[in-house]
Amino acid sequence: MIRLDSIGKSYGGVQAVDGVSLHIARGEFVLLIGASGSGKSTLLKMINRLVEFDRGTLTFDGADIRTLKPEDLRRRLGYAIQSTGLFPHWTVARNIATVPRLLGWPAARTAARVDELLTLLNLDPATYRGRWPHQLSGGQQQRVGVARALAADPEVLLMDEPFGALDPPGRAAMQAEMARIHQSTGKTIVMVTHDIDEALRLATRIVLMDRGRIVQAGTPAQLLEQPASEFVSDFFGRGEIGLKRLGLHGVAGILRGVEETEGPPVSASLTQREALSMMLLRRTDRLAVVGDDGRLLGTVLLRDLVLRGPDGRDG
Amino acid sequence: MAAMAEAGIAAPARLRPWWRDPLPWAAAALAALVLGMARLEPLFAALFPALDRPLYAQSTFLALFVSHVVLVALSSAVSLAVGLAAGIFVTRPAGREFRPLVDTLVAIGQTVPPVAVLAIAAPLIGFGAAPALIALALYGLLPIVRGTVAGLESVPAEVLDAASGLGLSAWQRLWHAELPLALPVLLAGVRTSVIVNIGTATVASTVGASTLGSPIIVGLSGYNTAYVIQGALVVGLLAIVTDLAFERAGRRLGRWRQVG
Repeated sequence: MIRLDSIGKSYGGVQAVDGVSLHIARGEFVLLIGASGSGKSTLLKMINRLVEFDRGTLTFDGADIRTLKPEDLRRRLGYAIQSTGLFPHWTVARNIATVPRLLGWPAARTAARVDELLTLLNLDPATYRGRWPHQLSGGQQQRVGVARALAADPEVLLMDEPFGALDPPGRAAMQAEMARIHQSTGKTIVMVTHDIDEALRLATRIVLMDRGRIVQAGTPAQLLEQPASEFVSDFFGRGEIGLKRLGLHGVAGILRGVEETEGPPVSASLTQREALSMMLLRRTDRLAVVGDDGRLLGTVLLRDLVLRGPDGRDG
Repeated sequence: MAAMAEAGIAAPARLRPWWRDPLPWAAAALAALVLGMARLEPLFAALFPALDRPLYAQSTFLALFVSHVVLVALSSAVSLAVGLAAGIFVTRPAGREFRPLVDTLVAIGQTVPPVAVLAIAAPLIGFGAAPALIALALYGLLPIVRGTVAGLESVPAEVLDAASGLGLSAWQRLWHAELPLALPVLLAGVRTSVIVNIGTATVASTVGASTLGSPIIVGLSGYNTAYVIQGALVVGLLAIVTDLAFERAGRRLGRWRQVG
């Protein structure tokens, strides 16, 4: 879908992006992560030509992006940014309709799409359609920002630290929305973040960058379990990698039969890390697990969390 | 919070009964004075018994008012067109280098008093409305250029980033995002420019342009205080009505803005 080949860019002698090659396949959820100044944001903006690269080639859907008109390219790539950049003089509906209007959609189709997207992002269309951006909370603004990026059903969604300005509950809620949207639409998403947990939670692939280069790219499990260098294990917090690994997997994979337990049962959607935390909190070594319907599914044991591989293999 | 603050600011204006709104009263007083100045002759005769002719009668106040308004409107239109174009140009990547030059030129235009521009222009292009038009247009340029530049620079960077990233062309970005967001600040510049020009246009009668300054100039040179008062009253009311109207328009434009 997107192929970067030896991409480079320097600002006044400093290599902002240095020989980056990366292939992003259709349907991937790629998280570009790294410290400030690692070049992750610059790399993202090269994909929609907000930043021009000076070396290498970048193709989108087989076409060299330098042969495409920037405006046409950008209308095929949804774009959402940290402080949302909502147009303050337009209502929520008009904001979401930005790209459909640029593309000349009929008004009825645009209006229907706006309501569809508001519903998708859990905002009641009748309530929010006519509001001004300043009347919304930060989280609601970000929902509208994402809806606007998705409006014309772009092939790819580019997101530049979209949830950086949200408080932790708002961020968690938006991450859940994005996971759901990625699953239900199968869109290719490229997101920049500096939040390690966000990357581990959402990514099908993490691309870790440092000083303009890719240090390692792979699934969250690969980066945690087979770090390519000291830098990678340091970045993910050497002391917490074990816990972070547990966070990648749900308790459903290591359930045993129903046993006698104390305390109320927990949900099967918990990660193994959350289950461990719950055990520490309750000072117990086993938890009963129930499904969404409240039916008892089985038991998680402390020794399974610790001794078995996260996917249930004996480790 | 924001919604409450907005209600707190906007509600008094909306709930204020119409007869407590100064705009219609000021406009009515202006119309009455322009149309009915002749009827006040006995009043001025009583106030200034020493004067033979207590009412300015070389032309009607309606004619003076119309030519004054036309002169201000034309010069402001020129200032607006030139100032807007200059302000937009120096905030584009291509025109950024010209910013200091334009700033300097515009500042010079403001520093030279309009009387001096009139004094230079009159011998060159003759007497009448043309030199007045040029002097006023030059003089009114500065607030408009400043307002345009300040307005365009006040547009948040993330809005520009989003606009470009969503695929608006440079012109679409200017038209749909930058100018509407710059408009409140821009309008403040236009307001200053027009109000200043309403006052300055009175001086233009010294080079033969017929304006509401004519009774004032004639009155001053002929020791006729009544003429001065008649001209000054109408000009003053015109400035007040215009200012109130701009204020009203500005409030309407800013309704999407976050208050506080």
